[in-house]
Amino acid sequence: MKSFTYERPSSPAEAAAAVAARPDAKFIAGGTNLLDLMKLQIETPRHLVDVNGLGLDTVEPTEEGGLRVGALVRNTDLAAHPRVRKDYGVLARALLAGASGQLRNKATTAGNLLQRTRCPYFYDTAQACNKRQPGSGCAALDGVNRSLAVIGGSEACIATHPGDMAVAMRVLDATVETVDASGSGRSIPIAEFHRLPGDEPQRDTNLRPGELITAVTLPKPVAGTHIYRKVRDRASYAYALVSVAAILGKDGSGHVAFGGVAHKPWRVEAAEADLPKGAKAVTARVFADAKPTHENAFKLTLAERTLTAALNQARA
Amino acid sequence: MVGATAAPQDPGARTARTDAPVLATVTFTVNGERRTLELDTRTSLLDAAREQLHLTGSKKGCDHGQCGACTMIVDGRRINACLTLAIMHQGAEIVTVEGLGQPDNLHPMQAAFVRHDGYQCGYCTPGQICSSVAVLEEIKAGIPSHVTADLGAAPQVTEMEIRERMSGNICRCGAYSNIVEAITEVAGSRA
Repeated sequence: MKSFTYERPSSPAEAAAAVAARPDAKFIAGGTNLLDLMKLQIETPRHLVDVNGLGLDTVEPTEEGGLRVGALVRNTDLAAHPRVRKDYGVLARALLAGASGQLRNKATTAGNLLQRTRCPYFYDTAQACNKRQPGSGCAALDGVNRSLAVIGGSEACIATHPGDMAVAMRVLDATVETVDASGSGRSIPIAEFHRLPGDEPQRDTNLRPGELITAVTLPKPVAGTHIYRKVRDRASYAYALVSVAAILGKDGSGHVAFGGVAHKPWRVEAAEADLPKGAKAVTARVFADAKPTHENAFKLTLAERTLTAALNQARA
Repeated sequence: MVGATAAPQDPGARTARTDAPVLATVTFTVNGERRTLELDTRTSLLDAAREQLHLTGSKKGCDHGQCGACTMIVDGRRINACLTLAIMHQGAEIVTVEGLGQPDNLHPMQAAFVRHDGYQCGYCTPGQICSSVAVLEEIKAGIPSHVTADLGAAPQVTEMEIRERMSGNICRCGAYSNIVEAITEVAGSRA
């Protein structure tokens, strides 16, 4: 690990200013992803700004009937929150499907959104990876890419967003709230928060340098059965091959987003009208532009079957 | 506040900055004893415990949060001590396996692991035991898991719940079924 200086700012704006002031600075919250990457020298910040002392760790009702989740609310606490369990079951389920108990105790809401891909070539510093080292190429395109993206990728990158929580937040139409060095805030719809790789795969999100997430706001609850189905290589503590976050009525109508298939949670709202017709009608539209690799076309079948299972669960 | 700003020893020397260690001070309580350490900012909580405090019960398995051998209970919650910096724990209450019990005064979970052969080589065991103790507290606190059928109900101590909640602790000897028996016994005796 490269050496670094360390500070604890006293306000979100001060934290944002500290990171904006130098390109080699990073925020640290739970640290479960960042420190892992620092040990491998995939991330090499020379200055860490520890935001854990800033508060930002409460879940509050909003005037609109939704919830405002502080950036530093731990994954365990968000999943266990009575309002989340009652009204946002898809979010509680997604959180509980991710990582291990130890990691969920540390990992934060904002940090979960910002976790980096688990593409094996991103992690292997001996391999070409445009996300880790822009311009070096993408060893995954012709490599072992069974776990990687089937849609929305580019010639530069076929990494996936690895998280579960963000997929639930996508189907819930969450909004990410931030503050910058000047102290002014903005709200970013979750659909516009994560990026597709294009020719800049090093940029996972549309956050600006030094911009700090302060909260994630959930709109008022959507009625229906809240479902998060995650298909993975083992029963627990593994990343999704495919996941489905859905809020569905008895007739199958509702909303659905897919995880494990793209550089961001994948949702095509226009296809949701077809949900009562069954999974095939929906996934045919959602994945119309899919470009699977030689190893991962199975994800398209798996997505359809996982959505079928979700629809059956809602109808039961 | 200790360690609020840790400056390089020679902040003016740009060349030295390339990889000169940066030192910071942190004070926390470990197994009931207040400890102050001066550390390289890079030091994980695990390395601080093992190398500075010589509490070698917590093990370094993978050092990447995948195996759980380093599990400690910090401010009442189990975490991977390898994936957190010691300097981030100013004022924290830290419990390692040494703080749970000693050879002549075993914690009930340690005794149950012995009784049920919840190990073979023993390397993962301190992490398994810290995790097990915290798992029962998490269930008691009503924290749901991936296998909790009804999010609105209090989770129960079942084999399925224990297996799911312990999935962050790997045992390459495969003592899992005995570990589940040990945890189940302790849960039962506390009910």
